Amino acid sequence: MHEIVELLQKDARLSPEDIASMLNKSVDEVKRLIQEMEDNGTIIKYCAVINEEKLQTQKEKVIAFIEIQVTPERERGFDAIAERIYQFPQVTSLYLMSGRYDLLAVVQGETLKEVAFFVSDKLSTLDHVKSTTTHFLLKKYKENGTMLFKQPKLERLNVTL
Amino acid sequence: MSRFNRRVEHLPPSGIRRFFDLVIDAKDIISLGVGEPDFVTPWHVREKVFYSLEQGRTSYTSNWGILELRQETAAYLNNRFGARFDKDEILITVGVSEGVDLALRTILNEGDEVILFEPTYVCYRPLTELAGGVVVPVSTPSLKMTADAIQQALTPKTKAILLSYPSNPTGYTIDKAEIKKIAQIARSRDLWIISDEIYAELTYEGEHFSISAIPDVKDRVILLNGFSKAFAMTGWRLGYIAASRDFLQQAVKIHQYAALCAPIMAQYGALESLRYGLGEMQEMKKSYWRRRNYMHEALNAIGLSVNKPEGAFYVFPSIEATGKTAEQFAIELLQQEKVAVVPGDVFGRGGEGHVRMCYATDFNLLKEAVKRMDRYVRSLKK
Repeated sequence: MHEIVELLQKDARLSPEDIASMLNKSVDEVKRLIQEMEDNGTIIKYCAVINEEKLQTQKEKVIAFIEIQVTPERERGFDAIAERIYQFPQVTSLYLMSGRYDLLAVVQGETLKEVAFFVSDKLSTLDHVKSTTTHFLLKKYKENGTMLFKQPKLERLNVTL
Repeated sequence: MSRFNRRVEHLPPSGIRRFFDLVIDAKDIISLGVGEPDFVTPWHVREKVFYSLEQGRTSYTSNWGILELRQETAAYLNNRFGARFDKDEILITVGVSEGVDLALRTILNEGDEVILFEPTYVCYRPLTELAGGVVVPVSTPSLKMTADAIQQALTPKTKAILLSYPSNPTGYTIDKAEIKKIAQIARSRDLWIISDEIYAELTYEGEHFSISAIPDVKDRVILLNGFSKAFAMTGWRLGYIAASRDFLQQAVKIHQYAALCAPIMAQYGALESLRYGLGEMQEMKKSYWRRRNYMHEALNAIGLSVNKPEGAFYVFPSIEATGKTAEQFAIELLQQEKVAVVPGDVFGRGGEGHVRMCYATDFNLLKEAVKRMDRYVRSLKK
């Protein structure tokens, strides 16, 4: 099962036929396993990895990483406050962290002002949020294991014996 | 008096000139003609070598290679293949190519015979001849080496058996039972065994069985291996010989005058690969394994029949059904469909009627190449 996931994570457009032949399985079995993983939420969705700097038509987005210190709640720990935060559509990712702060939120907006306003007005005013520290993202080099800049092509001779 | 060395003059150029002249500068082709990984050397190895250069490690090393690398190589062979080598039984060479040359020049006298199973990699025959030896080629219809085939080629002049497995160009390996029989032949006839196991790590069916792991022939085995294939380090030119001390004491004499030592940068890179690179190597192997499975199925489906290769990253299908010679097939495929493969006759006896394809190529390109080969094969039937 995890071999199929490994292949799909690298290239979600591989067909069940390709996967079957690469893994010595039948096409039906591969189709069934993928369906199973889609049904039970192992595979959540398929999407494209984009280098946003190349998307000239789109207005540039502002992305910030927000460190959040919170007071955990009795019985529910960090989950309740986390849920209140991740329900905002501006929050594209949210992680519980060890170390000096508790939650790390990735927030996306149209402008610097918009993100700053979201943090000061929405996030920091929530009950249980003690403090926030905002870091604006300046440049992406690598995301989810993929380098976003063109790497030099591997040059090989046409024929070597 | 001849201007050049007569033996060199008589060597044929590698491969078939006509085909190679066509392919070498061809643009926009999909080449399955390569003989190397499609991975760049892992970053941690490259980064380690930057550091070694910053440290000013640019000198000669011992003729034998740096001590830690010889220790680490011996430990690696012992752990991975159940051999029992000591650091003093390791000589670091400039690729396996130098190792083959050293092995042959160290043991051969004029007229000594070397039994060579073909089709095989192209360097063994010329290097044997340059060393004054005579190649006795053997082959089998299955393209898999057997002890029987060797038995039939033995003469009083036989000095060595040359093994190369898993095989470039076929991808087939030699079964464990056959290896044991071959070892038995070598022992009873007092022969050397030169065993090039550069593709050992890239074995997909079962475990690679190194002939050097058989204790009672270990002193007559000259094991050749290196870093090019499994560790994706072809351009570094680094290999090694693992063999008995008395053999190496002779071989190092040639090595010290002809090469002095392998490049120190490559030696530090190889050391890093052995220490920290086994995990990444397994990932690369898995990726070849998947593509092998695909190619095996896809080629049979388009009528280029082939058994499942057991190792390396080559597949060697029969093209006899097309009615073409290997060279015709390769030239037409290149001209009509811009796909490069290597005509099998380049690899010696038994290679005609086949072509070699390297599947260490991006999966989507492999698929496209199969599509084009299918179109070409169909066009012949009309």
